[in-house]
Amino acid sequence: MNMKIFVPRDATAVAVGADEVVTALEQIAQQRGLSIEIIRTGSRGLHWLEPMIEVATPGGRVAYGPVGTEDVASVLESMANNGPHALRLGIADKIPWLKRQTRLTFARCGVIDPRSLDDYRAHGGYKGFERALSLGPDAILNEVTASGLRGRGGAGFPTGIKWKTVAQAKADRKFIVCNADEGDSGTFADRMIMEGDPFLVIEGMTTAGITVGATKGYIYIRSEYPHAVEAMNAAIKAARRGGYLGDKIGGSTYSFDMEVRVGAGAYVCGEETSLLESLEGRRGLVRAKPPLPAHYGLFGKPTVINNVLSFAAIPFILAEGAKAYADFGMGRSRGTMPIQLAGNIRHGGLFETAFGVTLGELVDDIGGGTFTGRPVRAVQVGGPLGAYFPRALFDTPFDYEAFAARDGLIGHGGIVVFDDSVDMRKQARFAMEFCAVESCGKCTPCRIGSTRGVETIEKIINGERVAENLALVGDLCNTMKFGSLCALGGFTPYPVLSALKHFREDFIPAPTTLQAAE
Amino acid sequence: MTAVFEPWDETRGAEIIAEHASQEGATLVILHALQEAFGFVPEAAIPMVAQALNLSRAEVHGVFTFYHDFRHKPAGRHVLKLCRAEACQAAGGDALAARAESKLGVSLGNTTADDRVTLEPIYCLGLCSTAPSAMLDGRLVGRLDEKRLDALVAEAQR
Repeated sequence: MNMKIFVPRDATAVAVGADEVVTALEQIAQQRGLSIEIIRTGSRGLHWLEPMIEVATPGGRVAYGPVGTEDVASVLESMANNGPHALRLGIADKIPWLKRQTRLTFARCGVIDPRSLDDYRAHGGYKGFERALSLGPDAILNEVTASGLRGRGGAGFPTGIKWKTVAQAKADRKFIVCNADEGDSGTFADRMIMEGDPFLVIEGMTTAGITVGATKGYIYIRSEYPHAVEAMNAAIKAARRGGYLGDKIGGSTYSFDMEVRVGAGAYVCGEETSLLESLEGRRGLVRAKPPLPAHYGLFGKPTVINNVLSFAAIPFILAEGAKAYADFGMGRSRGTMPIQLAGNIRHGGLFETAFGVTLGELVDDIGGGTFTGRPVRAVQVGGPLGAYFPRALFDTPFDYEAFAARDGLIGHGGIVVFDDSVDMRKQARFAMEFCAVESCGKCTPCRIGSTRGVETIEKIINGERVAENLALVGDLCNTMKFGSLCALGGFTPYPVLSALKHFREDFIPAPTTLQAAE
Repeated sequence: MTAVFEPWDETRGAEIIAEHASQEGATLVILHALQEAFGFVPEAAIPMVAQALNLSRAEVHGVFTFYHDFRHKPAGRHVLKLCRAEACQAAGGDALAARAESKLGVSLGNTTADDRVTLEPIYCLGLCSTAPSAMLDGRLVGRLDEKRLDALVAEAQR
């Protein structure tokens, strides 16, 4: 009997030994005369169980994890006999952590072979695009607008309005640009979808192309993601061969093609105008807005620039209709958000769910607290520019407005958990240091402010005129917040001020020395 | 696996530049290609890129120096990158970075005196749920602890 075994090729799984597991599987199967076929998939996102491998059975795919090379022999035996095993997790789809999610964008991630266009199509791929072709640009715009989809990169700008602006712009050329410069620590959803379901991104970008009248797309991927670059390049080639990129795509009258461009280690290039400069071959200096990229974008032409997750949400919206998407969520945050649980967390990974789940549920219940077993003290939500939240704010629902109301942001949906050994002074200083290193240098509040910020926090740490310097940091943050050109300088105050506000005890030496004399 | 680079050669450099020069916004593409071939971007290549793209030397130099990735001299035989971003900090990355520095006798951002190992910080490998993480010559390693780090350092020193 031929056994079909699925092993992720996702970077997370590879980093904890998935490739070694494949080698061991092949060797042991050969020794025992077992006939196996190994299919490399993306990751399901249960990262504490990686490498999580699955075997096809009549009742569904049965998962095992975390599988080390030393477990492979016994796991293979369990697979062959359908017998018990300590690492056996049961039917993958029924694992509670997976089952309680609402996977609209990540429905196929970890399931299909990301190199196979046929597999993508067999699992509903290009259904949305086919409906888009039958609808035509105006009706697509209506669907995207009605879905309530907002930019998943962090800014939360309504995608429908952005697309409409570009569609209405008159120009000889227009561009679609996908921002895959996922530099925020604690985020990896873009990487996972590019590695696990790359055709989804291509389908989303192609749909944008036919909607606004663009024939060329670029996906700008950070150089720290070599696996994602490889996966996207392979998928683009396969899509071209399959007639889904190039002239007259999918048998229509539309043409659209795209290429991968690789970044070069500049965090600021995740800012959209800096990214456009970089794509044009220049220093990633932020542009002043207006003009908006929708009017004056790449090479001065009208450009749709969206995050990977925004494009990746499009195929579902078109396949199932705007209402099916908008029915999920709360307030003005419609649909689902792929939330990334990271840092010192027991059950880290990707959890896609409707907006509205609280921070506490995510960290304590779904994430299972810290892996060190110590109490959770702080969580940073939204990357290096996101606020640090204490337990007292764990009732905050995951929603753009709810986080903003508490001086935070959801950003790209990354949550980094810290236990009680964290020193918030260090985290505040790091935020300023990071901004100082990564600042593009165009505007003064960011370029100079961040350096002065590092120095001033340093003084606080050394106990020099603490009260005065704390006031100074507050002032400086105010200047950066309102005077910077982009979110790098503008949002660095979030982690700094939230650390000062919610964890003040770390900054002010405890006044216990006098009383303690007794 | 050690990356093997070609020695700098002007003709070869010109070939690489010509191969990509017709792309729109080709500067980064060319700098990446040069670095991939030679292990760094030789200073002599900067005016060649400028000429091919009809840019000033200053413009190309500006691009070259803006991005952290581009090297002006070759790295050590092995490059060990340690992720130093928040998720890895939360998972004990600070202590591991200090340990690597003391084992190798260099601080982050430097190369050992014998040119064997370049130790660098990296701001996020996107392996934040299996932190702390590292990359040795393109190979990713997650769930780093003292034992795994020591093994990586030993491998890099070989």
